[in-house]
Amino acid sequence: MNTEKNIKTLIVKEPLKLDCGKTIKDFPIAYETYGSLNSKKDNAILVFHALTGDQFVTGINPATNKEGWWSYAVGPDKAIDTNKYFVICSNVIGGCMGSYGPSHKDPNQKIFGTNFPVITINDMVNAQYNLLDHFGIDKLFSITGGSMGGMQVLQFISNFPDKSKTVIPIATTSSHSAQNIAFNELGRQAITADSNWKDGNYTSNETNPGKGLAVARMAAHITYLSKKGLQEKFGRKLQEREDLKFGFDADFQIESYLRYQGSVFVDRFDANSYLYITRAMDYFDLAKQFNGNLSEAFKNTNAKFFIISFTSDWLYPTQENKDIVIALNSIGADVGFVEIESDKGHDSFLLDVPDFLNALKNFLDKSYEEN
Amino acid sequence: MKNEFQVIADLIEKDKKVLDVGCADGTLMKFLKDNKNINIRGLEISKERVQECIAKGLTVIEGNAEKDLKQFPDKSFDYVILSQTLQAFLNPELVLDELLRVGKKAIVTIPNFGYWKVRFHLLFKGTMPITKTLPDEWHNTPNLHMCTIKDFFHFVKSKDIKIVKSLALNNLNKSTINQSNLGVKNLFADLGIFLIEK
Repeated sequence: MNTEKNIKTLIVKEPLKLDCGKTIKDFPIAYETYGSLNSKKDNAILVFHALTGDQFVTGINPATNKEGWWSYAVGPDKAIDTNKYFVICSNVIGGCMGSYGPSHKDPNQKIFGTNFPVITINDMVNAQYNLLDHFGIDKLFSITGGSMGGMQVLQFISNFPDKSKTVIPIATTSSHSAQNIAFNELGRQAITADSNWKDGNYTSNETNPGKGLAVARMAAHITYLSKKGLQEKFGRKLQEREDLKFGFDADFQIESYLRYQGSVFVDRFDANSYLYITRAMDYFDLAKQFNGNLSEAFKNTNAKFFIISFTSDWLYPTQENKDIVIALNSIGADVGFVEIESDKGHDSFLLDVPDFLNALKNFLDKSYEEN
Repeated sequence: MKNEFQVIADLIEKDKKVLDVGCADGTLMKFLKDNKNINIRGLEISKERVQECIAKGLTVIEGNAEKDLKQFPDKSFDYVILSQTLQAFLNPELVLDELLRVGKKAIVTIPNFGYWKVRFHLLFKGTMPITKTLPDEWHNTPNLHMCTIKDFFHFVKSKDIKIVKSLALNNLNKSTINQSNLGVKNLFADLGIFLIEK
């Protein structure tokens, strides 16, 4: 979890009124930056992370010692070229990589746990908006992110219509579907059913609800892949054995793979944060904020939109991404859209999918040239 | 750039808002954007062509004219362009109606099946015509509803669509089509270019 060193933090003094009605102030936002801000301050890209991401977009994540979550897309000469652009990413509030969240202490020095206020996607972007002032940026060149990152992109441009020139929501939705909520609820139930969860009052000194969190991660991980992708990678291959063992060990490679994914996840993620962030996703319904008319969310912006979906993504399928395109077209907004062919499921946006990375690079670089 | 595109571009005034339906690799869009300051959008069904448009810095939506034109509001573009694709739709009438709903004006070009080389080919060779504008074999052509300049001329009239300008193109020769020369143009033009409105 939190390796206090290596984490840059902005303390937001300004009170922030949350959707739940509570107000927070003097709270930390942990962030990281890549590349450098030019003198005109017109080359900044704010990247929003997904459910289990963090501010460490690329390079080696100091907390996990592994590659950052968007290393394929962000870095020198990559799609989001850090030789050219200044990339900012912050940990969402409710998260567990240094931003204000349930593992922080309340004013009485007691760990919040589930006493932390329930936060929304709207609260997340309102908190992150403070980074613009911090860096003295009047207008971002772009905002982008996939999955929950895409939800933040949509909410951000709706809240701050003149604060970004270009807007790139990827593999996302404007409203969490019943199926999305169902999968998140499955994860939450796995966590809260773990006897170590203790209504959220576990502390880092005690045992964490690691088993529940691992099951949540395993279930979610399946939703990030496609049936075809799983079949091609694992099929019915057995795990380091010649034949079935007639027991409940991991006979199949896919079982072993999921168990591994679950176990490495609990080392870096806080179970309560998982509850809070999935809740924020479930509550996300941008159209509802505008009386059911999604177009209204974007009516005040002149930004140039580019929306990207993936053929095998069944978690945030193409149609849900196209609904955003339709809402934008119906108000004459400048919007491009492409569906990328990929067997890698929802995770495609995180992986080496050349058509995706080329489209992202070309859109950004050509838009920047027109600046 | 194709002569056809030059003729289309000449029909459009500067600073207009234009939708190119079936924009392919964006050649015409790029020309209009760079030379006439056109606020240009494209709709294209092929993923590869969409990528080529993005690489040119063009705003393009991957989609199908038969399904995806309906998302655009009425008269939201000054011009909607449909170049040599009308005959490839399952329902060309519906697409034509949509073009004229979305655009204040539409520019539609059609490969002319009445062109003498086409007639000649079928008459003397007895096989489906293959020409510069109709390059495919009968079994792999995307064209479902071939028509002649005369057919299209009569069709739009029957639908009370106003023909603002109609041009016949034969290689580099551009000429105006009217009621009196329709038969001749239908024989000697390879391509018909129609500026229409409703």
